[in-house]
Amino acid sequence: MNSLILIIVSCALINNVVLNQFLGICSFLGVSQQMKASASLGGAVIFVITVASAVASLLYDNVLSPLGLDYMKTIVFILVIAALVQIVEMFLKKSSPSIYKALGIYLPLITTNCAVLGIALTNVQNEFNLIQSIAAGFGTGVGYTVAIVLLAGIRSRIREEDLPEPLRGAPIVLISAALMSIAFMGFSGLAL
Amino acid sequence: MNKYIERLYNGLIKENPTLILMLGMCPTLAVSTKAVNGIGMGLSTMAVLILSNLVISLLRKVIPDAVRLPSYIVIVASLVTVTELLIEAYLPALYDALGIYIPLIVVNCIILGRAEAYANKNTPGLAVMDGIGMGLGFTVALTLAGLIREVLGSGTAFGMQILPRSMEPISIFVQPPGAFLVIAFIIIVQNALGIRTRQRQLVENGCDGACATCTAVCNEPKEEAK
Repeated sequence: MNSLILIIVSCALINNVVLNQFLGICSFLGVSQQMKASASLGGAVIFVITVASAVASLLYDNVLSPLGLDYMKTIVFILVIAALVQIVEMFLKKSSPSIYKALGIYLPLITTNCAVLGIALTNVQNEFNLIQSIAAGFGTGVGYTVAIVLLAGIRSRIREEDLPEPLRGAPIVLISAALMSIAFMGFSGLAL
Repeated sequence: MNKYIERLYNGLIKENPTLILMLGMCPTLAVSTKAVNGIGMGLSTMAVLILSNLVISLLRKVIPDAVRLPSYIVIVASLVTVTELLIEAYLPALYDALGIYIPLIVVNCIILGRAEAYANKNTPGLAVMDGIGMGLGFTVALTLAGLIREVLGSGTAFGMQILPRSMEPISIFVQPPGAFLVIAFIIIVQNALGIRTRQRQLVENGCDGACATCTAVCNEPKEEAK
């Protein structure tokens, strides 16, 4: 149990997927303009990453590894993720239209979010079992959500500021991300 | 200008994937701790890009429109796997340095973006030149970012000591925050010089710049409203 909490905290804060490993930067920079959209995307990412980690781990341990097809993992994982996002989308559409409405447009974006593929591959690299993979996936999703929601908060403040022309747009967002990243470096001091 | 040469110029300067289109930010930020890593990542991506452009261009009349994205992903993923195995076998040092970011070339927006925007509409010859141009543009940008970070963060360039040893390097530049800072400053310099990045155009066009989806949606940029 302890080791699972350790994995979640490590994935969410210490090795933050966005600020430390630079995965999912595109949506991190692109969608963080509004707090509400960021939170919705974050929710969708937590959900998809957790499920994708579980499915990828099951597939790897039960199909790819026994058949000696480890080298196929990149191809298989990316297809699984793409299919999974489609299934999740169809499922949500039928079963809970309200959640679908909130997450709908963000779901397709997640297929191309490198954090999902990244964490599935890292889990294999770390030789995590099913439960550990799910914990790592969940932690990563939480880390992504924390980062994007915080950045959205910062950006809503920046918008009112009178910035020098060259800094407007991407540069100031990247500088904010750099400062956040420095702050998150503090978590590496967590004695676990 | 010869249209094959024009492709090279386009990828390297006019539509530089990293500096102007702002695609593929994840590897740019992640592996630019050293100039050598930048070259390694750039060339690996370029190899995949040239081959994927070639294959997709050859198959452009075969692949049905409805399933083109999954088909591209499978093609790219296969090429990336081959590249990964080759790097693991022949360049183990690079393999260790780039780690997880080699398989992640699959989700690099530059590759799917070029397939969608160029390779599936043009002849194999032009598509290959486009791959070379874009690949070179990516390599140059990555190496530039890597060089700046390496000089500031470790006092070396391509592994050679260039700053006097008495000068303490600013180690934050080889750590994650340095990546964001260096890219931010490169864009600030571009903005100050009046070079418009595509990201800005996209934001002005009301597209929030989310990678491949955006490349697909905002493929045809609206007339630049000055």
